[in-house]
Amino acid sequence: MAVSLLDRSRTIAGPGYNRWLIPPAALAIHLAIGQAYAFSVFKKPLGALLSGDVDHPATGDWTPGQIGWIFSIAIVLLGLSAAIFGKWLERVGPRKAMMAAALCFAGGFFIGSLGVHLHSLPLLYFGYGFVGGIGLGIGYISPVSTLIKWFPDRKGVATGMAIMGFGGGAMIASPLSVALMAHFKDSAPMGVAPTFITLGIIYFLFMQFGVWTIRVPADDWAPAGYVPNAEHSALITSGNVSADNAIKTPQFWLLWVVLLTNVTAGIGVLETASPLIQETFSDKAMGPGRGVTVAAAAGFVGLLSLFNLLGRFFWSSASDKLGRKVTYAIYFGLGIVMYALVPTLGHNAQLTLFVVVACVIISMYGGGFATIPAYLSDLFGKYQVGAIHGRLLTAWSTAGVLGPVIVNWLSESRKAEGLKGAAAYQPVFYTMAGLLAVGFLANLAVTAVNERYNEKGPVTPEAGGH
Amino acid sequence: MNQPANSTPASTTETSSSTGALVIAWAFVGIPLLWGVSQTFVKALALFQ
Repeated sequence: MAVSLLDRSRTIAGPGYNRWLIPPAALAIHLAIGQAYAFSVFKKPLGALLSGDVDHPATGDWTPGQIGWIFSIAIVLLGLSAAIFGKWLERVGPRKAMMAAALCFAGGFFIGSLGVHLHSLPLLYFGYGFVGGIGLGIGYISPVSTLIKWFPDRKGVATGMAIMGFGGGAMIASPLSVALMAHFKDSAPMGVAPTFITLGIIYFLFMQFGVWTIRVPADDWAPAGYVPNAEHSALITSGNVSADNAIKTPQFWLLWVVLLTNVTAGIGVLETASPLIQETFSDKAMGPGRGVTVAAAAGFVGLLSLFNLLGRFFWSSASDKLGRKVTYAIYFGLGIVMYALVPTLGHNAQLTLFVVVACVIISMYGGGFATIPAYLSDLFGKYQVGAIHGRLLTAWSTAGVLGPVIVNWLSESRKAEGLKGAAAYQPVFYTMAGLLAVGFLANLAVTAVNERYNEKGPVTPEAGGH
Repeated sequence: MNQPANSTPASTTETSSSTGALVIAWAFVGIPLLWGVSQTFVKALALFQ
């Protein structure tokens, strides 16, 4: 009985269902799984489970490198599971997929908690990284195609709201996790294991709201007054391309490069934000007592998080008016100029302008994530857009590995040469500007998908996957 | 409120219950989100002090 309630056929909305109930359902999933970006709050506690002192790890305590792999595995599994389970999602519908995501995500915490309790790193990798990562991937794509079907007239607004939740999730999880660890610190080493269990329970229950609220529209449903393809853009198709055919098109791989370059460049800022602002605007550069402190640098990182969140909604919504291609041209064109400006602003000690530029850059990084589902829907139709989006997210996984490697290699090699502050990070930003130029060209090359890739005849979700 | 293309308009009762559901649904996700944003905002203020 419980399983049948999860079936796609049981989620078809009846007459009068208000489509504005769908974004909160999507947000319930994305706000939960966005916790992944707050995983860094566990880094120090996990590295001091044996010693009980974050500043003095004991022999046998896990190193930062070992702990870093937990998040890396989760992000790689996010991309892989989104790619693998996308077609299954299109077939079974969003409710079953959301339930699977909730079980995996919460299960990851429970297994991870056991790993912490037994001080078993492989169990933690398997729990939070592998199982939890699958929950991230399925959860991330689970509401996307449903939102696009409910909001064909405002695809950017709808997907922007959901994907904004992924950015907001970290803002909730970070203070919540810190408070829970403080609460449980006397009952378990650093309070981590019971915090994992508590978070698993909270997120499972929170995600249930999305599971039981989500609905798919009837096949013949359309918003009042909606005229399909009223935009008259050559890049908005009236056809439908399957996920298997989409990856045979150059457009898919051009957008893969677009996402890869935009995310890699954004990671360049996120990875360097705190040390960059402290080293560039030090007391030496700004004058005694006027340099950026550790607390102020943490505030800068917080400010970037806010603009990452706002950018997801703002830019994605703007793309409904501007068009996706123009929006990405702005991300890349403006981005190239701004990335190239950062070293100069640092060199000239222009702190305010530096902060403004960094905030705009990071808003476009978030916007790039949020606008891509609508871009895919424009090009390939809504038939299997969730599955196509899932396959495109492998670009995110690639960037998640590539970005930090490029940033650390370039900045560390400059520091080894004795350079400091803005000079040490200069090649990072020029390289990222170069990457954005590649993204700009890839976006420029995007044209309408050849009609030979379209499905012949009517398409139904149930026939969509195997 | 959006209707299927071939349906009749929803009744007043349906609209009221739909509005209530909307308020509850958005509050359920909006309150934690606003709490998280406010926490981050407070943290970000350190940059300007």
